[in-house]
Amino acid sequence: MSILVIAEHDNKTLNGATLNVVAAAQKIGGDITVLVAGSGAQAVADAAAKVAGVSKVLLADNAAYANQLAENVAALVADVAKGGFKHVLAASTTTGKNILPRVAALLDVSMITDIIAVESANTFKRPIYAGNAIATVQSDEAIIVGTVRGTAFDPVAAEGGAAAVEAVSEAKDAGISKFVSEEIVKSERPELTAARIVVSGGRGVGSGENYHKVLDPLADKLGAAQGASRAAVDAGFVPNDMQVGQTGKIVAPDLYIAVGISGAIQHLAGMKDSKVIVAINKDEEAPINAVADYWLVGDLNTVVPELVSKI
Amino acid sequence: MKALVAVKRVVDANVKVRVKPDNSGVDLTNVKMSINPFCEIAVEEAVRLKEKGTVSEIIVVSIGPKEAQEQIRSAMALGADRGILVEADDSQLGALEVAKILKGVVEAEQPQLILLGKQAIDDDSNQVGQMLGALLGAGQGTFASEVKVDGDKVQVTREVDGGLQTVELSLPAIITTDLRLNEPRYAALPNIMKARKKPLDMKSPADFGVSTATKLKTVKVEPPADRKAGVQVKSVDELVEKLKNEAKVI
Repeated sequence: MSILVIAEHDNKTLNGATLNVVAAAQKIGGDITVLVAGSGAQAVADAAAKVAGVSKVLLADNAAYANQLAENVAALVADVAKGGFKHVLAASTTTGKNILPRVAALLDVSMITDIIAVESANTFKRPIYAGNAIATVQSDEAIIVGTVRGTAFDPVAAEGGAAAVEAVSEAKDAGISKFVSEEIVKSERPELTAARIVVSGGRGVGSGENYHKVLDPLADKLGAAQGASRAAVDAGFVPNDMQVGQTGKIVAPDLYIAVGISGAIQHLAGMKDSKVIVAINKDEEAPINAVADYWLVGDLNTVVPELVSKI
Repeated sequence: MKALVAVKRVVDANVKVRVKPDNSGVDLTNVKMSINPFCEIAVEEAVRLKEKGTVSEIIVVSIGPKEAQEQIRSAMALGADRGILVEADDSQLGALEVAKILKGVVEAEQPQLILLGKQAIDDDSNQVGQMLGALLGAGQGTFASEVKVDGDKVQVTREVDGGLQTVELSLPAIITTDLRLNEPRYAALPNIMKARKKPLDMKSPADFGVSTATKLKTVKVEPPADRKAGVQVKSVDELVEKLKNEAKVI
């Protein structure tokens, strides 16, 4: 059996999420080929070739793939997949979710979103209803297409492999979409979905100014990534790419500290697989306490600075 | 131009669902049902485009049980002009089958803009819009937080990991909405009354030549593993002590 993994990258570096997808592919078992579709992405292909467990890297280097436009990349992936692959996998990131359903429809097969466990080569587990139920699904399709939830699989080693890189000359430009611009939020902190510790703030922090005043020192001290609840994002305290939840990012760090977050279903769906959850909230009845390992009732404006001074 | 909006009837977002004891699915008897929140945002966006004069007619389509008429009527009360219900047991339909039915509706109605939610909060698939794009050979602006129609093009600002990305698509195009696209309005009583008189066509998947057999079988549905009960700590000192010595995470 052969498995095609779509590399996640920015044309310069291979995104760590790809390592989790390769781990899921290894659980399925079979030859793993990584497809790098990009522009000037040789470095990404070289990095992919070193990933443990990868047997071949395909590099489709063309201006049409520079910005991962779904219309162009999906056409390429579907074509490559038809060359004998039984599985096509990508990370459950916005890129993976944008492209893979389009690939599945081009192949006329159903797709599985957010795989969290591999039961067999055609049976997988995935969360539904905001993580309030786990469905086991079996696919009888000729090609199984799915996205993998990174936090559910330990990444494979980024070094140790020695796969050959092969060029794919094919260029697919559907000509119906065009990249205009992007606005990427710069941050010195670890990437949210990969961080070992996450410090998150909710509506309770009161304002964007207070979010930074209270939470930045804690995140700095712990070397943590910063997250937020939807309420905090909607109130404009922080940008939306910091949102943790069903409709934002899914995280599963060793330690998740929720500050001023009540714990709505939609938020819990994004963090309740964290190893240790700490809730700091002034409301004794907050639903977040039901999933927290330790919760402290108190005013976050005094409790958090005290915490910073004591760790 | 015409806009087509797809809406789904789903369990209300505030309901804590329970898995059936026989693990066959989630128990939806006597549970409050609503229009999927992302779909509501899609309806609102279409209505705003109509108010700006960009869109001339809004057709709302739902694929689901008879009761989904309620959700179509709610969309009409928000400003959609007419509705289509494709009656089917949607618990048996996969995203691909839904996309195929929608393709049939698009071919019959010829809209320039097709708006959907980015995902339904029940199956959390996030697939239908993208699949429809592939089937129609149309461009897709997924996870949209801003939509600007300009002649025969549409600029869509998308919420991506790391920030925002803007793409330009040729019409007809598919747009799937993210939460920050807009704040849906409330339907006023007179509009709810008016919505009752708006036309609503009934169709079946067979009308579009779509077989509803999916090759994706749900073997079982289970509740997620319970977290073991936590403890309330009384002071910051106690918290630090627990994190260092008991949980060993800092």
